[in-house]
Amino acid sequence: MAPLDKNDDGTPKIGKDPLEIPKLACGASADIHTFEAAPEHNEPLGFPGELLDNWKEVAIAKMGELAEKNRAFRVYLDTCVKCGACTDKCHYFLGTGDPKNMPVARQDLLRSVYRRYYTFAGKYFPKLVGARDLTKEVLDEWYTYYHQCSQCRRCAVSCPYGIDTAEISMAAREILDSVGVGQKYCNEIIAKLKKTGNNLGLNPKALRATLDDLEEDLEDETGIPVKIPLDVKGADILLITPSADFFAEPHIDGLLGYAKVFHSAGVSWTLSSYASEAANFGMFIGSYENMREVSWRIRQAAKDLGVKRIVFGECGHAWRVAYSFLNTLAGPFDFLDQNYPIPQHILEFTLDEIESGRLKIDKSKNDEYVMTFHDSCNVARGSSMGREEGGQFEVPRAVLKAVCNNYYDMDPDTIRENTFCCGGGGGLLTDDLLDLRVKGAKPRMTALQQVTEEHGVTHMAAICAICKTQFSKVMPKYGYDMDSIMSVHQLVANAVILDGQETDEADEPVAEEST
Amino acid sequence: MLSTLYAVLLYAATILLVVGVATKVLKYARTPAPLKIPVSPAPRTRTGVVLRMAREVLFFQSLFKSNKWIWVFGFLFHWGMLLVLLRHLRYFTQPVWWWVDLIQPIGVYAGFAMMAGLLGLFARRVFQERIRYISSPSDYLMLALLILIAFSGLMMKFVTPTDIIMVKAYMLGLMRFQILELPTTLPLLVHLGSVAILMIIFPISKLMHAPGLFFAPSRTQVDNAREFRHKTAWADQLPPLPETIPASGEN
Ligand code: SF4
Ligand code: SF4
Repeated sequence: MAPLDKNDDGTPKIGKDPLEIPKLACGASADIHTFEAAPEHNEPLGFPGELLDNWKEVAIAKMGELAEKNRAFRVYLDTCVKCGACTDKCHYFLGTGDPKNMPVARQDLLRSVYRRYYTFAGKYFPKLVGARDLTKEVLDEWYTYYHQCSQCRRCAVSCPYGIDTAEISMAAREILDSVGVGQKYCNEIIAKLKKTGNNLGLNPKALRATLDDLEEDLEDETGIPVKIPLDVKGADILLITPSADFFAEPHIDGLLGYAKVFHSAGVSWTLSSYASEAANFGMFIGSYENMREVSWRIRQAAKDLGVKRIVFGECGHAWRVAYSFLNTLAGPFDFLDQNYPIPQHILEFTLDEIESGRLKIDKSKNDEYVMTFHDSCNVARGSSMGREEGGQFEVPRAVLKAVCNNYYDMDPDTIRENTFCCGGGGGLLTDDLLDLRVKGAKPRMTALQQVTEEHGVTHMAAICAICKTQFSKVMPKYGYDMDSIMSVHQLVANAVILDGQETDEADEPVAEEST
Repeated sequence: MLSTLYAVLLYAATILLVVGVATKVLKYARTPAPLKIPVSPAPRTRTGVVLRMAREVLFFQSLFKSNKWIWVFGFLFHWGMLLVLLRHLRYFTQPVWWWVDLIQPIGVYAGFAMMAGLLGLFARRVFQERIRYISSPSDYLMLALLILIAFSGLMMKFVTPTDIIMVKAYMLGLMRFQILELPTTLPLLVHLGSVAILMIIFPISKLMHAPGLFFAPSRTQVDNAREFRHKTAWADQLPPLPETIPASGEN
């Protein structure tokens, strides 16, 4: 049965209600498999190249090890009462109808095996409590459905016990990796980062050349030599940004925005070629060791360059790792200036500049857009910003409203802590999962469609490299232009007026103020 | 004979419950949480977390936001059960505490509330296809057992009155390790028997959600990772990584 209604031209049909619950369609996404990693992707990460002969024992032992090392894993596997409150919360379930994409069912794929080997009830009464043996079929099923979870935590918000399916997915992927079944997309990228410092495999020369081009663009546009420094020792601020900011649209426009803000603020800043990646795919595969190694590069780069502060660019999962884990994984950062948050988000920096009045803004430059904002899942539910609880929602909105005149929020059930993942998070942003990504984007696209109809919203801003790439790919399938997704700092870049910058309209009020 | 059998059963159930739950809770407490994973927006202070947990435990805040039906039934059941349990304290105290006396009348309504909640939850499990999909036999049996407990309790109150003076004497006796005579009416035997079973399976079942809730890092952690470095013993023992960029590491 068709899990997703299609238009005549084969594009998915948008419903009326972003939260519309589909009928159960067993096996609807059972055939969606992401490519498996080859030995050369697995081995640099410290995993066996291919499926071990004794995989079963290793997997069961790994499960036990995780229960010893991670309280969340142990407690979450014990405490689910199967109340069902989370069953309609996952965008992949809403998009595919496959019941195994219901968060609790996804957890159960692993819980059923854990029970069999590690609990009294499962050992002696497996049928009664739904426990089952670990078989190759089960392993394959894990691979399939734990790669249909973007670790977005929407289900965790809804659970009365705070059970976070993302933690179970990460653990499952770690177990899979430990027996030699890795995912190509994630593992290849981590291997590349360990070699070159970024997910793209860009070397410092190529990176510098790219930045030179961007500097030229900036000068052409503003008439001012705005710099994008790389590997400058003694700079005050080290900017860690997703490598997509160097080459993808609309990411680049965000990077230009950071450069303008830094220029206007008059701070000295630099990128690092050694740590030229904010994203940390170690989290997606649940590997503490890999996540630590990737994070550690930032510490090394900060020490090497002698910076005083670390600022992160727009990247969702990266910000979760940075905000919530960096201090643990690569701290203590006692060698940095303690007067600033460590690390700081570029939006926190920009908002400070705006609120202090140092940044000169001409909002009307964005009048052609009617904006809404997509809260990126990992920023929304795995991190924060600013000084107040909930700052991760307020800071981006404050910046957006400061730089554009037309702004509307989407359905409250689809934003802030209830936000939907873009459909490509958690290591699923790969072409072999495009089908799933399109379906997973349906709730967000439906919510966007609503504000387009009600308020004439034309564009959506995001602060995550994955969201931006995902939306520019799937939006056309839902009838939007691919550039309907924008970086928040792209809008900042449009509106900022640098000192000495020539503006078309000389009588602009903002231009008058500038001295 | 029956009195002795039930005494053994109740003693065994109590020991298994206490030892079982204590073992599990200790295990939860000793298992480290290697990373800061509060589901945000999360409180920035300890006090904030205490308040967050209080809202979860007392009002089922998250459940209220996520599913009104389950919330209504769950709320009726749990609060009903709590009042009923408190009401039962009169069988274990002499003289009966004043506030236990006070809640006796409410306790009766609470029994019906509990029953209504349980039936609602059972119906949802049977008729709502998503919940049916995720249910194992044990999930139905657990509800059935609780329904049996509530039903037999209500039977004693309203249909076949039991000699509660005698029951109370029996309970007070057990507390002093004396086995007195237990009335042998069927509802009472069913009631006590099913309660004993529930106590026995508590530590090896999903009933552990009650203590487990307090150990979920997603809710109990303070959102202050940038200000305070969260550490774990096993992570501290990982081999150190170089402080500087390795010479060959220049890509
Ligand atoms: S909401 Fe929580 S307890 Fe309820 S079924 Fe989902 S994971 Fe289990
Ligand atoms: S974490 Fe997100 S993607 Fe994963 S099961 Fe929960 S809602 Fe679905």
